[in-house]
Amino acid sequence: MRAFDYRRAHSPEDAARLTQAPEAMLIAGGTNLLDLMKLQVETPELLADIGRIGFAEIIDTDDGGLSIGALATNTAVAIHPRVRRDYPVLARAILAGATQQLRNRATTGGNLCQRTRCFYFTDIDQPCNKREPGSGCGAIGGVNKLHAVLGASDHCIATYPGDMAVAMAALDARVIIGAADGQQRSVPVRDFHRLPGDTPWRDNVLDPGEVILAVELPAPLEGMQIYRKVRERSSYAFALVSIAAVIAVENGAITRAELAFGGLAHKPWHDPRISELLVGSAPSAELFDRAADLLLESAEGQGDNDFKIPLARRALHAVLAQVMEQAA
Amino acid sequence: MTVHFKQDQPATDNRLDTMAQGVIGKPLPRIEGLAKVTGTAPYAAEYVCENCAEGVLVTATITRGTVVRVDIDGAMRMPGVVAVIEDDRLIARPAQGTANEAPKQQPRTVCYWGQPIALVVAETFEQARDAARRIAVEYRDDGDVAVTPAEVAAEEQEDETVREGNLDKAMADAAFAVDATYTTQGHASAAMEPHAAMAQWDGRTLTVHASLQMLNYNICELADAIGIGAENIRLISRFVGGGFGSKLGISEEVVAASLAAMQLQRPVRVVMSRQQVFQGIMRRSETTQRLRLAANSDGALTGFGHEALVSNLPGEEFAEPVLQSSHFLYPGENRELVLKLARIHRMTAGSVRAPGEAVGMPALEAAMDILAEKAGIDPVELRLRNIPDKDPERGLPFSSHKLAECLRQGAEAFGWDHGSRLARQRREGEWWIGTGMASAARVHNVAEAKARVTLKADGTAVVETDMTDIGTGTYTVVAQIVGEMLGLRPERILVDLGDTRHPRGPGSGGSWGAASIGSAVYVACMAIREKLAAQLGTDESQLRLSDGKAGDGQTLVELLDGSDIAQTGHYEPGRIKDDFAASGFGAFFAQVRVNHYTGETRVDRMLGAFGFGRVLNAKTARSQCLGGITWSIGMALTEALEFDPRDGHLVNRDLAEYHVPVHRDVPDLDVILIEERDPAASFIQAKGIGELGMCGGAASIANAIYNACGARIFDYPMTPARVLAAMPD
Ligand SMILES: Cc1cc2nc3c(=O)[nH]c(=O)nc-3n(C[C@H](O)[C@H](O)[C@H](O)COP(=O)(O)OP(=O)(O)OC[C@H]3O[C@@H](n4cnc5c(N)ncnc54)[C@H](O)[C@@H]3O)c2cc1C
Ligand code: SF4
Repeated sequence: MRAFDYRRAHSPEDAARLTQAPEAMLIAGGTNLLDLMKLQVETPELLADIGRIGFAEIIDTDDGGLSIGALATNTAVAIHPRVRRDYPVLARAILAGATQQLRNRATTGGNLCQRTRCFYFTDIDQPCNKREPGSGCGAIGGVNKLHAVLGASDHCIATYPGDMAVAMAALDARVIIGAADGQQRSVPVRDFHRLPGDTPWRDNVLDPGEVILAVELPAPLEGMQIYRKVRERSSYAFALVSIAAVIAVENGAITRAELAFGGLAHKPWHDPRISELLVGSAPSAELFDRAADLLLESAEGQGDNDFKIPLARRALHAVLAQVMEQAA
Repeated sequence: MTVHFKQDQPATDNRLDTMAQGVIGKPLPRIEGLAKVTGTAPYAAEYVCENCAEGVLVTATITRGTVVRVDIDGAMRMPGVVAVIEDDRLIARPAQGTANEAPKQQPRTVCYWGQPIALVVAETFEQARDAARRIAVEYRDDGDVAVTPAEVAAEEQEDETVREGNLDKAMADAAFAVDATYTTQGHASAAMEPHAAMAQWDGRTLTVHASLQMLNYNICELADAIGIGAENIRLISRFVGGGFGSKLGISEEVVAASLAAMQLQRPVRVVMSRQQVFQGIMRRSETTQRLRLAANSDGALTGFGHEALVSNLPGEEFAEPVLQSSHFLYPGENRELVLKLARIHRMTAGSVRAPGEAVGMPALEAAMDILAEKAGIDPVELRLRNIPDKDPERGLPFSSHKLAECLRQGAEAFGWDHGSRLARQRREGEWWIGTGMASAARVHNVAEAKARVTLKADGTAVVETDMTDIGTGTYTVVAQIVGEMLGLRPERILVDLGDTRHPRGPGSGGSWGAASIGSAVYVACMAIREKLAAQLGTDESQLRLSDGKAGDGQTLVELLDGSDIAQTGHYEPGRIKDDFAASGFGAFFAQVRVNHYTGETRVDRMLGAFGFGRVLNAKTARSQCLGGITWSIGMALTEALEFDPRDGHLVNRDLAEYHVPVHRDVPDLDVILIEERDPAASFIQAKGIGELGMCGGAASIANAIYNACGARIFDYPMTPARVLAAMPD
């Protein structure tokens, strides 16, 4: 860990101002950032603590949705009565992540911005284009069972590791972002994270000096809400593959199918063609196989992670089985 | 006074059972438990010491080559840096268990990625850590070297080899035969407490607080490494937050802290980071194992083959003893057992909890399941039919043998269905459900040990030895033995362990601790009893001590009349080691569920029945079994060290990425302790239990996976990817 300055931000604008310089970083719960600082993967010269800027509330929005403050903890969100009632997929996704202790501390904004768990990214003695642009990608040709099978590039094959954002992508939530001048913009969660391309050091669309203020969920969607996370051990492990799904079936036909996938790519994966394919048809193994074909059309394994391709297909079938069971 | 007892004969006289205090074997809570859970039991790094400087190891970022230059000047300009210790005496790898001499030194020659090469000392830990990371090191890189066993020709370990009869012919003639090859991946020995040492040098004596398992050997290893006499060293390890083999020998932090303290004339503390612990200490070797089993139409083994390939660094003698229990567990006159060692440049391989059986038994017992299926014999019955009446290779009698009881009682308690074993029969929703079982075996070791017991004039007792308690319960069982023999309540006994100023214990390792130190304590207590009896003018065998009183009459305080009685017990196993084959035995039973879609496996319930001689403390013994079974679950499903195929560096270097089971992975575990006395195992008729609980357990899970979903898997751990690849459609 390097020595650093520490300031407490008093407002989002204050935080944004403090972090305009590239060597400054925001700290929220610190559950990800402090680990990376100890490993010297992150070496900020200034930490701007946003713990007391407010934005920890969870409030109803005018259109019947819910606004989750960026500083609301994972635990607070997962146990919120409206989240549990109207957005159970989100509660399930959060509770499938990390551990109780971490969730008590982890924040909504921090969770969205958590960095990849790529073994080469977290080891500063290894090459990594994400950590050190131009140094190469250690994971290509290395140990890569956690890595991406969709949307990877020759520069980076990392995955976005989180669970919460996968559910938010299925729910089509929006990220509210503030800047130093008080301006706000909003970006769909589905577009918040980026693919690595040739700039893998940029995980998401945030510019320096921008601060996540909240995540807004749209009005609740009718349908079953499912979160499945496939992992080797039953807790305290990142997803090999995860699926967040909101699926409604009426009179034997699918009327809504919003699916997002974790563990497969540098971002929560959402493919609008899957919804188009599923809606209007009766749920069946054959239909879900076609959905898997679409999803995995361009999937490419790296060796250790080849298994994710058949696993994603089977996980989709597991979701189908849950839908059939609940619909029956 | 020292009383020496060399055990050449079985100890058939059950003295501990005839004493009056009634504490031996009882499920006493750990006597140091409260201190541990309230944070008042200091671990090595927690000793407060004035003017202590902090050291952080600099580790190599090449696999093979030479350190040409360490930029000390640059480092010295960094804030707070006090010194950079580059010394040929720094050790380049951990010492193997019981090495008793320094391991390879001269760390400028790099043999594996992550090898410690120097120590940065600074005023604060953060400064040292930063400087250690930033320090410029220039290498001459020797380029590509072998980092996977497949790249090299392996050396046969000839003293392990057994070839008897004609196995090929036995296989060809067999009514039922199995020829299967298994792999296991490397396992970490990392404990909760990272490796840490705090050294002080007063110009004559080096005092080191360290986290170590075997001070009796460690003191010689350290003396040899730094070149001073062992009499000038004091090692202290009162509390050790887990060892698992990683602290059997000294590691780099102990020598580095010592050399720095001597050079700087001030105390120096070195704590390894979690990543350094993973990358720099002992790994359990990965293995490839071929099992060949030939059986007649009754399922009786006629041929037994077990070949294993393991790896280690060049220059290391240790080869994971995969075949250890295979030599005696099952009969078969046609035998072929071969162990091969591949020299590769990964971190040092050494003893990790239950070296040998931990990986050998899961392969063997998985193959036995295939044999049971082929022969159409219930797997419990198959094992019962294959219990030899003496060691099949050495012809020695077993000191005791409880496998049959463990199999029967375990099956009964588990509710084992001896009926059809057809796979893929039970499905609940998404989950396939099945059961499996396996035998357990782990050789029993016992070692020389000394302990001083002082019965004090105030009627309390003190026990002193440099034996360690690595979380297993040594403090408590020692107090129980003394309490039983001298008629004292355990709270009247101070057990003072982990200090080399005391008589040499056996150290904690190879599950030999309790039986060995217990025997030494027993010898000392017997000598004290003799003295007391003499004072009372009676025979020792007539002496009845309980609750601080002799018989119904005098209190010990009165009897001692102002003076202490101190006796040092020196126990040495003699011919019992040569005359008997000694092993702990057991049986595992597991029920698992396997997800049809995702291949995820979860253990529903698991039971282990174990026979390991006298139970000294039913609670701590059970805890060891629970821990062992938990390791079995990890080995079966998740644990694997992952090495980069290009440079051999370990990539999963912490407990977030190296997956040991979490609470949710461990269901209610059932443990049956089968009471027995094993007179030839040790003077107190006890055997080791620290490792038995994991020797074969993973196979019961593997066999249950097959029974559940029909996936026969030959590679541990059985991850979702492997389960799905093997699961029938
Ligand atoms: C061992 C372990 C296991 C875990 N397992 C899982 C898991 O299974 N699933 C899962 O989803 N997560 C998992 N996590 C990750 C955990 O969810 C994240 O660490 C946590 O959500 C991060 O939140 P935080 O508030 O602590 O972020 P911090 O560590 O404070 O910050 C993380 C990053 O976000 C930035 N940031 C924080 N707040 C804002 C903001 N408002 N605007 C802009 N940028 C911001 C910071 O600058 C920093 O770069 C695990 C973590 C650990 C340590
Ligand atoms: S996959 Fe991405 S994060 Fe991992 S080493 Fe390659 S560039 Fe770095």
